[in-house]
Amino acid sequence: MDNGLPRHARAVVIGCGIVGNSLAYHLTRLGWRDVVLLDKGPLPNPGGSTGHASNFIYLVDHSKEMTALTVESVRQYREMGVFIQSGGIEVARTKERMQELTRRMASAGSWGIEPVSLLTPGDVKEFVPYINEKVILGGFYTQGVGVVDSLRAGTLMRDKGQAAGALHVAPKTEVVGIDVEGGRVRRVRTTQGDIEAEVVAITCGVWSPRLARMAGTHIPLTPAVHQMIDIGPVPRFRGAKSDIEHPIVRDMDTNMYERQAGGDLEIGSYAHRPILYDPEDLPPVEQAALSPTEFPFTQADFDEQMQHALELMPEIVGDESVGVKYAINGILSLTSDGMPVLGESPDVKGLWAAAAVWVKEGPGTGKAVAEWMVHGSSEIDLHSSDIARFHEHQRTRAHVRARAAEGFNKTYGIVHPSEQWASNRDVRLAPFHARERELGAVFFEAAGWERPHWYESNGALLEEYDDQVTHRTSEWESRWWSPIINAEHLAMRERAGLFDLSAFTIFDVVGPGALASVQCAALRQMEVPVGRVVYTPVLSPNGGFKSDLTIMRLGDEHFRVVTGGAAGMSDKKWFRDQLVPGAELADLTSSMTTIGLWGPRARDILESTTSDDVSNEGFKFGTCRVIEIGTQRVLASRISYVGDLGWELYVPMEQGLMLWDTLWEAGRPHGLAACGIGVYGTTGRLEKCYRAHGNELETEYNVVEAGMAAPRVKAEDFVGKAAHLRHREEDPAAMLCTLTVDDHRSKSGEKRYMLGREPILTRDGKRIVDRHGRGSYVTSAGAGPSVGKHILMAYLTPEESVLGNQLLVEYMGERYPASVAVAGATPLFDPENTRIRA
Amino acid sequence: MRIAVCIKRVPITGGRIVLTADARAINTQHLGFTMSPHEECGVEEAVRLIEANKGDSVVLTLGPPEAVEQLRDAMALGIDRAIHLQTDGQEWDGESTAAALLDAIRADETSNGPFDIIFFGNESADSGGFQVGLRVAYALNRPCVTGLKRVTLEGSSVRCEQEVEDGRDVYVVPLPAVLTVKEGLNLPRYPSVPGRMRARSKPVADVTPARPAPRLELVKLLVPAGQGRRAESLGSGAAAAPAVVDVFQKAGVL
Amino acid sequence: MNVLVLMEPGEPSRQALTLARKFGEPHGLPVQAVQPFAPDALAAALARAVEELDAGAVFAAGTDRGNEVMARLAARLNLPLAANCIGAAPGDPATVTRLRWGGSLLEEARLHSPRPLVTVAPHTVPADDGPQPPTIEVGSPALGDLVVRVSDHIKPTNGGISLADAKVIVSGGRGVGSKEGFAIIEELAGLLGAAVGCSRAVTSAGWRPHSDQVGQTGTKVAPEVYIACGISGATQHMAGLKGAKRILAINSDPQAPLMLNADYTVTGDLKEIVPAISAEIRRARAGRTSS
Repeated sequence: MDNGLPRHARAVVIGCGIVGNSLAYHLTRLGWRDVVLLDKGPLPNPGGSTGHASNFIYLVDHSKEMTALTVESVRQYREMGVFIQSGGIEVARTKERMQELTRRMASAGSWGIEPVSLLTPGDVKEFVPYINEKVILGGFYTQGVGVVDSLRAGTLMRDKGQAAGALHVAPKTEVVGIDVEGGRVRRVRTTQGDIEAEVVAITCGVWSPRLARMAGTHIPLTPAVHQMIDIGPVPRFRGAKSDIEHPIVRDMDTNMYERQAGGDLEIGSYAHRPILYDPEDLPPVEQAALSPTEFPFTQADFDEQMQHALELMPEIVGDESVGVKYAINGILSLTSDGMPVLGESPDVKGLWAAAAVWVKEGPGTGKAVAEWMVHGSSEIDLHSSDIARFHEHQRTRAHVRARAAEGFNKTYGIVHPSEQWASNRDVRLAPFHARERELGAVFFEAAGWERPHWYESNGALLEEYDDQVTHRTSEWESRWWSPIINAEHLAMRERAGLFDLSAFTIFDVVGPGALASVQCAALRQMEVPVGRVVYTPVLSPNGGFKSDLTIMRLGDEHFRVVTGGAAGMSDKKWFRDQLVPGAELADLTSSMTTIGLWGPRARDILESTTSDDVSNEGFKFGTCRVIEIGTQRVLASRISYVGDLGWELYVPMEQGLMLWDTLWEAGRPHGLAACGIGVYGTTGRLEKCYRAHGNELETEYNVVEAGMAAPRVKAEDFVGKAAHLRHREEDPAAMLCTLTVDDHRSKSGEKRYMLGREPILTRDGKRIVDRHGRGSYVTSAGAGPSVGKHILMAYLTPEESVLGNQLLVEYMGERYPASVAVAGATPLFDPENTRIRA
Repeated sequence: MRIAVCIKRVPITGGRIVLTADARAINTQHLGFTMSPHEECGVEEAVRLIEANKGDSVVLTLGPPEAVEQLRDAMALGIDRAIHLQTDGQEWDGESTAAALLDAIRADETSNGPFDIIFFGNESADSGGFQVGLRVAYALNRPCVTGLKRVTLEGSSVRCEQEVEDGRDVYVVPLPAVLTVKEGLNLPRYPSVPGRMRARSKPVADVTPARPAPRLELVKLLVPAGQGRRAESLGSGAAAAPAVVDVFQKAGVL
Repeated sequence: MNVLVLMEPGEPSRQALTLARKFGEPHGLPVQAVQPFAPDALAAALARAVEELDAGAVFAAGTDRGNEVMARLAARLNLPLAANCIGAAPGDPATVTRLRWGGSLLEEARLHSPRPLVTVAPHTVPADDGPQPPTIEVGSPALGDLVVRVSDHIKPTNGGISLADAKVIVSGGRGVGSKEGFAIIEELAGLLGAAVGCSRAVTSAGWRPHSDQVGQTGTKVAPEVYIACGISGATQHMAGLKGAKRILAINSDPQAPLMLNADYTVTGDLKEIVPAISAEIRRARAGRTSS
């Protein structure tokens, strides 16, 4: 069959929505040729979510990653000449929302979005004269908000790729199969013939799960309804010269937006009940009355929203001459955690995904994923969007639907940074879960595991440490938090704490190629004696942080990698990708459980349970070995993420309960306290200035900047080495510093405590921006009960990274003095590390 | 004055119609619903007449529980209240539909007096039986004019314009009358948001008529075979213009 | 068995007659028997004739008038009516195949009736060469049956080419984009002496009057050439095109239903193509005059 469809391609990109067009174009821009872009629908509008998108772009999101992708997208849209700036106002109807708007101001400051400002109802009225300012308390204005022509942008990008002779575009070409051979994608079968392909990218929006299934894998997202109506003609907009001349209004508290669209007003809603579909529910193009992603409007779901719109804009919405001209249940993509699904499939080499991406972040995502495909890493850190992030249960339809349903009405919600999901909980339980429950554990979820964040039964410790525990009076900072965390921390520092570390992801790399494989992934030297534990950064090709984790050498050809739950799955894929012939990877996460035992009395406790030598001389810091505890053989590893003497203890899952009970009994005479992840993840590590992946450690920052460069670089090759060597030669553009807050009192006199992601400003209130354009913000925040300070970590420019330097942190619309307590990696607590080496 | 308008809930079909497995209905899984286009004009005309003359307007439908959506649509445009003759979704033939509507209309007229005008669509978009309005008119012994593109009140009469091949035929009939209308009678308005909101609280009376055995009994539906046209591409873009002109010349229309 | 056929001038009634012959010996009742047109009176006359002839079935063409008179007859006789059939067979019950959705669907149905009343969809059944049926005399109508009668007639005012009669129609759809966008459609129509048509989306948007609408609820057309510009071809529109001899579709989507059901297609932006065709016509005409 000769229909012009190439038989071979470097890359086949499936889906001509905003994402596919962007990805295909950026691949050609980065030098790839023989790129084929397919869609089953016609062009320029193949009938997916791009075709009915409202096409407006708000810049500020609390997520750094989303904001970065959006800002980059707007840059590209502007460059293409398809962006009209209108400004946008998020209005508040409640006090709680006004506070949230100050948080958005802070996020704007952290991510460098300007100009932005808080508006009074009167100010809002000046911008939007048809608004009823009486129902609002204020607004948050972002000047850079605007509207794009996403279909035109797609056409322009295809044209560029085609003009370069690097892109073949084939509309009306439906994919009927994706062939995988030997774990690698080989070809795409279409209604117009087969294409042999080196890589295949699925950019099919709501159809993506269907395509992924053709290749035997998953793209976990669900099609969901977003309702939208268009009313007009609006007398006030008569004679409008362009699509948008008035600021777009987001009515945050009602989960709605109102925007002028030419002579009409468009009203959209995320307020209705979650209406989810399966990709199989989408009709073929020719059977759809409008397009396959424009479903019939369900009026009953919009009744309440009409009332809200009428309240906010009575002049227009209440005008009897203004009619509802168009109303749809538009279909868009939702995921279980609200983030896109990007990157190479963990199951099929060469099969990439860029899905659950909205118009606002489309071109930025296309560029980032193209960089990832071509260079192995992207300029913008995409770890929160990595398709490899999902644990098995998170890839199920039921999980995606449950979380998407729960998350839908939070689209404009006020979401606390520690907010926990309510649906699909109790999926992964530690073997000692019942014990934790008896102790009144308050469970937070990590990778599906239920982890105690603190134990209500430790309330008694509050009295014991009354003079050192900070209480919080503000509701916001008390939410998802307890002063018991600080009490547990102090009990651990004074006596000992027992930690549930079941959420660790554990995998072994074994075989003759094991050493070479882990060498390749790890920055640190892995050719170490058996029984050594190495904490090492894992770099991406650009020398930024892919991850950080510990590796135990258990044998000549046996390494055990232990990493956190959140990054566990993408770390596993990363290591698997580095495997050399003769090495294999085995996931032990669900067969091993881990208990942490730390504190000055940890050795006393452990000694009382074992006849093995656990003295400092007999069991040195940074080593691991099997010890016997009663009838159990336990892999003990002497390291610490909380900065105290102690061990991580690994046993088979089914023996976990016994180990817990043994340690608990042995610990009681020593005053052992069960401690939650509040201590492990926040207070303990922050006092020690330990960095966390996703907070301090991202691909956007390098090892030198993080203060983690070793004196020497190993001779062996590893991913990111060239970049790392270069970074060691340069003057760092930023340095990771630890700050403490000098005064917590707000104007009202109430003490406030930052939670993270707030902008750090100079003493005279200016943003601190390094020479790469990266602004300073709080990467982690939390109490340091043993140092009596609230601790903030932040990257600062070298000039500002001066011990004692006084800066400001912006929080909830006010600024608080903070000063640099550590420039570099020296711990705030026990700077000599005497405790862990005791 | 009092006006009734009878409407029918029909699916909004796209480019290709797909049938249910038993071939007795259209597969509406992916489809939205509307009232038949002719009836939209009937509703608009009723609303305009009531706006101009004051009074009471009622919309009636015979259809499944979901047909209340179309009743609300009509009320959003300005109709005052609705009567819903609920079915279980089975097809009713024209005769039984007319009989059920007749009962409902008679019942309403007993309480509230006769309707000056009862509007119907000339034929429904789906079954196209061309008879329901006329049957109701005969049973009520009222004049009925069909296929109307213009309706004008003239005192106690109504002047009706019916589109025919070479223009329009005019009828003048006394009220009360039954009028069946066609799209083009007017340009129906879009519902306003306040209209939609008012419609939520307007009364809908439910009745559940029994379905008699249909004398025109649907056995099954068929999608007709394609028209057998085999499209010949004349090319793409402006470059195809000479080929197009060539076709015109061959067809003798140039 | 006698059957009765309401005869109008023209082909559709002869087609109805053809089908009627399957049921028995046809007798014709001319629609002009009552002048001016008074559908009640015609229905009454048919009812009388049914009785006089003991007609076993009544047929008419599925024209506006045929359908109307037959529905009135059905109401008078309290009988079911099968409108717009393309096939019918006698029996108990009789069986019919009829059009739905303006012909986008067919329905097979049973007609349980002592006297089947059937209208035959125009141009769906070939007319035979059989003899004209004997004509039934119609007495003068009762006054009560003349309440509904044509009292006046309005000639079309625009003087332009009517859609129904046009030999060429240039029709625009949603793809034309705006009211103003129809300028290029009108220009081409002017050059071809064609009528301008449009799809339902266009009239709903208020870009063109409803009188321009081609389709199931607009005008059904039968031109030599139908030029569809930017019309996707929803079933509603296609239902009005069944009489078109040649269809030329211009659309950016080569898979639009109308493109698949056309005789000729041009793929691309109608805003470029339509003016190019107009220019080409001018060029061709200029060439013809000069040569």
